[in-house]
Amino acid sequence: MASPGSLAATVAELAEVPSADSAGDEVFFPSRQDYVGLAKALREAGFETCSDLCAVDYLTHLDRPLPAGVARERFEVVVNLLSHRAARRVRLRVMVPEHDPVCPTLFAVYPGTENMEREAYDLMGIRFAGHPDPSRILLPEDWEGHPLRRDYGVGRVPVQFKEAPGPR
Amino acid sequence: MPVWESWNGLESLSHNFLTGKLEDFVKWSRRSSMWPATFGLACCAIEMMAAGGAEYDISRFGMEVFRSSPRQADLMIVAGRVSQKMAPVLRQVYDQMVEPKWVISMGVCASSGGMFNNYAIVQGVDEIVPVDVYVPGCPPGPNTLLHAILTLHEKIRTGEILRRRAASGAGAGVDLAEVPGWTPPLATPVHLGTPR
Amino acid sequence: MSGEGRAADDGKRATVDPDDAWRTRLIERTAEGSQELAPVGGTSPVELVIERGGVLRVPEDAALDPDAADASFGAGETMILNVGPQHPSTHGVLRMMVELEGETILRSKPVIGYLHTGMEKTGEELTYVQGATNVTRMDYLSPLHNELVYSLAVEKLLGIEIPPRATWIRMLMCELNRISSHVMWAATNGMDLASTTMMIFGLRERDLVLQFFEKVTGLRMNHNFIRPGGVAADLPDGWEDDVAAVVDTVGARLADYDNLLTGQPIFRERTEGVGIVSAEQLLALSATGPILRAAGVPWDLRRSMPYLAYDEVDFDVIVGTVGDCFDRYAVRLNEVRESIRIVRQILEKMPSGDYRTQDKKVTPPPRARIDESMEALIHHFKLFTRGIEPPQGETYVAVESPRGELGCYLVSDGSNRPMRMHIRAPSFVNLQSVPASLQGGLVADMIAVLSSVDPVLGEVDR
Repeated sequence: MASPGSLAATVAELAEVPSADSAGDEVFFPSRQDYVGLAKALREAGFETCSDLCAVDYLTHLDRPLPAGVARERFEVVVNLLSHRAARRVRLRVMVPEHDPVCPTLFAVYPGTENMEREAYDLMGIRFAGHPDPSRILLPEDWEGHPLRRDYGVGRVPVQFKEAPGPR
Repeated sequence: MPVWESWNGLESLSHNFLTGKLEDFVKWSRRSSMWPATFGLACCAIEMMAAGGAEYDISRFGMEVFRSSPRQADLMIVAGRVSQKMAPVLRQVYDQMVEPKWVISMGVCASSGGMFNNYAIVQGVDEIVPVDVYVPGCPPGPNTLLHAILTLHEKIRTGEILRRRAASGAGAGVDLAEVPGWTPPLATPVHLGTPR
Repeated sequence: MSGEGRAADDGKRATVDPDDAWRTRLIERTAEGSQELAPVGGTSPVELVIERGGVLRVPEDAALDPDAADASFGAGETMILNVGPQHPSTHGVLRMMVELEGETILRSKPVIGYLHTGMEKTGEELTYVQGATNVTRMDYLSPLHNELVYSLAVEKLLGIEIPPRATWIRMLMCELNRISSHVMWAATNGMDLASTTMMIFGLRERDLVLQFFEKVTGLRMNHNFIRPGGVAADLPDGWEDDVAAVVDTVGARLADYDNLLTGQPIFRERTEGVGIVSAEQLLALSATGPILRAAGVPWDLRRSMPYLAYDEVDFDVIVGTVGDCFDRYAVRLNEVRESIRIVRQILEKMPSGDYRTQDKKVTPPPRARIDESMEALIHHFKLFTRGIEPPQGETYVAVESPRGELGCYLVSDGSNRPMRMHIRAPSFVNLQSVPASLQGGLVADMIAVLSSVDPVLGEVDR
């Protein structure tokens, strides 16, 4: 449970969002529908900047510990927010299902997430509804597949002394 | 046929005493003022810049002018890992360079993919361009790069340099394996200090 | 908004006027934001960043397409110019697509991915012991910071404390790395603004620091020295004299930089007033590091959210006023001075003790013990084949690298390899502020602005 009386906890309790404590960090688990609203409320409450947005694929670790009331899905979009005034961070973890890998965009609340969401789309395949430029950012535009997914191989070629002998 | 159609650089000279001296002069001028093209990609680029700095001073060899335009450059030092997106750019810059041109593959990532044996990195830049000298190291220090440059100079001096234009006389677009009658030359190692 | 003042500076700057007609045309071309524009004073910085449409959102091959040029701008046509990826001044393989009206930049788009190495995927294939070798090659100008953030994240998941000497050694190496990174930045920045002497000066100073690193870690760059559990080896004998010599020399030579650049009229003309973005816009764009501090925001993770032992040393957070390229240069130069100050304090306060934790499950035993004890041999073997196995969990740790907030989000599933390792690279995020800084500027300003953001493409593309 996040420490009572903390800024983020107050906001999240109003929104009735499940929360947890991860090695001292406050983590909240909004649903896809509530996620942008919660981020907006947190920005009003003083979390002026979004440090990081990334996507995680839990295909091989679906039985990770989650608080009660959180639907267990394959993908997660993880957002780290930062408040300069309070010098504290808060984390949001949004569950995104495999059959419908779409998540609302945070661009309207934090424009700094534009590149981060493009990277999450490029490498993990999660589409962000409402993003102004949903195109690949790191890989060539005609690349097929999303390499950071756990079912996409790392693409190594056999080399001598590892995997297979012989020339390439 | 007109003389310019049979001219093929040094190979066309009928070898006698005078043209021997001319060959030596041409080789000396080629290796003494070999201008590198700026193709620094990643960490090796920083060590390449350090080789151009005051401590290691590539200017002793006439090479401190890193030309950005490939038209003016002789040597392409591929310094760093080549990603899949960068590979066509690399080939295009190489094609834009004018003969005679040489390629040094600096660092293990350019030589073989290095520690990144994955989907994103070309496993050795010799899959795209023909390489003359490979430099190991991650990153190779400026001393190692200078040793590679001197090795290349020695290859030019002894004439051991691989002839990329074979019987067909075409340019860098030739895939030598497909040229009939061409066999790869024996890979004799070139040592610095070869008796002159 | 300070951005509005840019076009009104002096007659020789942009011909684009900041009134509503221009903004309306831009809003129509960019497909986001409402079409009802509120007055500028009543618009929040977040909305302004979205509205102003400084970002050119076209496909990457638009530069080849003559029809992509926009004739609806009235006075003259526009063209899309491609700068890079092979270019002497783009700080690596960065490609800029800029939409130009004459010499004036309207919108721009940094195109990245030319150095994408799949490091986050590789990180999932390597064990935690090997992980630092991968991470260190991301930001190759300050590799020790990458190793530090990864090691801190792993240690947080493991829940272990490391001995004080290890902490202070890490701090010493990171501050020296900050000095070498800023000095290298000053070198390339000077070179981009046509001062080759600055390049030679900067490389000279950087070489001093790198020679010390080679003495301690064995390598000039990409050291793999800071590992989970501490550092790889203790500092060699005589290190105090070496460090004192390095900081004395670098400190004295900073006067050369002032002579060469700080007062020089050409440098001032090219950097003053160039690339100004307001602090609120930078916060909305998640920018951090010297570019944020140059705009007046006193945010430095070493002071505000201290890690290692930064709360036990005395240093100032350098803050600029206007946020132009000259302020960013001044901030970085003075940060070198502050780092020298910190290093001098570390020289006095370095504690003695272990350089890595004694927890057998995390750090290998000393090599001599392997011959004597079977247990030590087994621990060595297990650590280098299987590695560390932190408990299940996830964590985010951030440090202040020379470019800004460098973060590591690490997810462990209990096995010996990370399930997900994501590095929040400061340059990747700071590049988002470039289109806003370039709007209304000249092509020559693009070089100055790109250089002042100090992108390192290794961490941008990972």
